[in-house]
Amino acid sequence: MTPSPEIAVRTVDLHKTYSGPRGGVQAVRGIDLEVRHGEFFGLLGPNGAGKSTTIGMLTTLVVPTAGEASVCGYDVVKRSVDVKRRIGMVSQNNTLDSDLTAFENLEFRGRFFGLGARDARRRADELLEMFGLTERRGGNPFELSGGQAKRLMICRALVHRPEVLFLDEPTAGLDPQTRVNLWEVLRGLQAEGQTILLTTHYMEEAEALCDRVAVVDHGRVLASDTVDGLKGSTGADTVITVSYDGDVPDGVRALDRRDGISKVELGEGQVRVFATAPDGLLGELVTAAASAGVTVTDASQLRPSLETAFLTLTGREYRE
Amino acid sequence: MTTISPAAGTSAAGRPPAPHVPRPTLARTFLAMMARELRVLRKNFVSTFVRVLMQPLMFVFVFAYVLPKIGGGAMAAGGGSGATFATVLVPGLVGSSIVMQGVMAVVFPLMMELNWQRSITDRALAPLPVPLLAVQKIAAAGLQALIGGLLVFPAVLFIHADGQAPSVHVDNWPVLVLVLVLGSLMASAGGLLLGTLIDPQKVQVLFALVLMPMSMLGCVYYPWAALDHVRWLQIVTLLNPMVYVNEGLRAALTPQMDHMSFWAYMGVLVVSTALLTWSATRTFTKRVLT
Repeated sequence: MTPSPEIAVRTVDLHKTYSGPRGGVQAVRGIDLEVRHGEFFGLLGPNGAGKSTTIGMLTTLVVPTAGEASVCGYDVVKRSVDVKRRIGMVSQNNTLDSDLTAFENLEFRGRFFGLGARDARRRADELLEMFGLTERRGGNPFELSGGQAKRLMICRALVHRPEVLFLDEPTAGLDPQTRVNLWEVLRGLQAEGQTILLTTHYMEEAEALCDRVAVVDHGRVLASDTVDGLKGSTGADTVITVSYDGDVPDGVRALDRRDGISKVELGEGQVRVFATAPDGLLGELVTAAASAGVTVTDASQLRPSLETAFLTLTGREYRE
Repeated sequence: MTTISPAAGTSAAGRPPAPHVPRPTLARTFLAMMARELRVLRKNFVSTFVRVLMQPLMFVFVFAYVLPKIGGGAMAAGGGSGATFATVLVPGLVGSSIVMQGVMAVVFPLMMELNWQRSITDRALAPLPVPLLAVQKIAAAGLQALIGGLLVFPAVLFIHADGQAPSVHVDNWPVLVLVLVLGSLMASAGGLLLGTLIDPQKVQVLFALVLMPMSMLGCVYYPWAALDHVRWLQIVTLLNPMVYVNEGLRAALTPQMDHMSFWAYMGVLVVSTALLTWSATRTFTKRVLT
């Protein structure tokens, strides 16, 4: 793999199979990614899609079964120490050092990465100040609130000014207010030019933060584009789903020949219409039921979003 | 509810590498990790060493002070050389404390790091190859074992009834230092191996089935030579690594008593330290990298 100056993270046909009974678990089945320097990149997918395994391989702690991955041009297996020097990682669990204070967590992280004792202490105080944690300086990291602990972990990942910051489900389990606060923190980092790769299973998180998103499911990338690009490439802007307590009315079946409708999917007692001009369509689907003598049991209209994109890509509802 | 100042979001926290970005060397990272261990050790000094000190302290108190006072002098027949029981106990209790502390100093934190929250990932992300991280853990726990052993010394030297004073005489300092250091490292390497092999729910079993018989039958309370009378036990005992630490200390501290030959204890200490370190490094790496 030749180091390319503008690419921060690259994977080529990356695979990971965890050994176990019956052939093990194929967590990642051929993932290709390219993240440029300065980019805010999101891996979006439901739980169990292979996102954490992918980030584990990129941060050198999970060994790929096949394929290649590099960070800043360094192979994650052959040059793992060079990779570790250039990355910061915020994992899903609280992995703060409970034997040390909040301040010492940062101080020693700095020293692990080659800062002298005095520089490490100065950097630790600087980060605590920036992230509003100064008053928790001498406290045990396990006495912090969920949001504070996450912020301290971000501080710790930034001590040595990494080229790429990885965050695995940074807002999972946080209350909505704390989540929005954390988004502000991440946006601020990006504005400073920090390259960020984050995994999330929250659609709105990916939409709110990421320049580009790779939609991942069952260990594969289904699509990778800007958020707007993903919405556009689905070929439909709005998804309307109507369920009936009997057969889908005949009039509905003919809808796919109309302008402004790109696809009609028929299921048992259910129709899903992908439309670029959705005005009045939901009403029409409901009225059609009355004339055919069936009852509507459920109806929904999803505005164009990553969720409709996911639906179009996978044919399934998004499961969080 | 946590709120943060608006400034936090727009701070200059994560600039891409500026020219002054440190370039850590492996040695620097290794030493920084040892510095972390020392900081933690300093904070938890009392709680860390109380558990290693209490057992030998109580033991010498009962066997070298109380029993001789109440007429249990029959205990005082160490090695057939007429030495007091206290003389037998000095190397034995120092050696067994080193081994116990070496194992515990690595097993207890490891159980937390590998399982609960998997906080080992934090240390594993430091710019050090994972096998070197294992070596660092062995070095750190070895240091604790050594300190533990040194703390036991005064207790076993000075607690005794009148006339029961141990007769200790170091005539070969290099051997003493070497046995103390190798014994510490061997114990912590063995601890790392056990800690990475056993299921965390079975730590109790480790203590009951491994450490307990190891210390009771580790030639702590009698020299190995005295086992002449129970020949089968004398041979089986050779499988116990603690025996070589205690016999080495006997050679260094109480040379007047029967003890194994230099090549026997030193050979085993060197080879088993090397072997245990090598295998613990491998099992540790397997547990950390998935």
